[in-house]
Amino acid sequence: MKAAVLVFPGSNCDRDLAVAIEAVTGRAPAMVWHAETSLPDGVDLVAVPGGFSYGDYLRSGAIAARSPVMRAVVEAAGRGVSVLGVCNGFQVLTEAGLLPGALMRNQRLTFVCRDAHLTVGNASSAFTRGYAPGERITIPVAHHDGNYFADDATLDRLEGEDRVAFRYADTVNGSRRDIAGILNERGNVLGMMPHPERRIEAAHGGTDGRRLFEGLVEAVAA
Amino acid sequence: MKLRIFVTLKPGVLDPQGRAIHHALGSLGFEGVQDVRAGKLIELEVADDTTDDAIDGMCRQLLANTVIENYRVERA
Repeated sequence: MKAAVLVFPGSNCDRDLAVAIEAVTGRAPAMVWHAETSLPDGVDLVAVPGGFSYGDYLRSGAIAARSPVMRAVVEAAGRGVSVLGVCNGFQVLTEAGLLPGALMRNQRLTFVCRDAHLTVGNASSAFTRGYAPGERITIPVAHHDGNYFADDATLDRLEGEDRVAFRYADTVNGSRRDIAGILNERGNVLGMMPHPERRIEAAHGGTDGRRLFEGLVEAVAA
Repeated sequence: MKLRIFVTLKPGVLDPQGRAIHHALGSLGFEGVQDVRAGKLIELEVADDTTDDAIDGMCRQLLANTVIENYRVERA
């Protein structure tokens, strides 16, 4: 699987994502700077990392979503390339219009950094095929703006189309309907606040995040 | 020309920051505050011939996230 990890000024999980991808695929991803106008040829996965792109000025992910490389990402997503946004990456994908809704300040206003218990929703996408529907998994979160908001019609649609990939099993940040991660209509774009790249080997305290990357490798090979 | 863009949360969108401010005002002893909503003021200096369409485009494409925010433009 050929992967690319985007790097914005202020990204801080880009290397973690690269390590996780290399550990699972055996191949180091290309690191793509935000000012690039194209992605490497034949890329199967674009990963948008966590961090504080552009200092999260204006709104989290707002400036990054308008950077040159994102035009190439939107185009790649349109061609069916898998796009994974983690944490700030999820915020960037909503700001870029690849996923519906917005991520607002956590309900209790505090930065939340801890393990989150999640329930798997859709388990048939390229990202989630390694999990069972309804399975409980544990993946850490670390964010200040993870409070997912969308209007009722959008939430109903996400649920009706089985596009909720992960939900919080307990309240973490006030997200509507406990949403932790969602898929786009086609199922090739996933945004999630928890960090799967931080749970890929036993030394991390568990490997629940690893299956996400393994599922992608299988999906690409299939 | 000077523009003042007021970006505010849409009605119905919970505002945790507004709620915290509300709570703090109560702690200071200010009674009777019924609601607090926090927003942003963005000031732009633009060419005098900037069209309304261009201004609207700036607001919709970047300055406000219309999923959760409304905006209002004031020409100074």
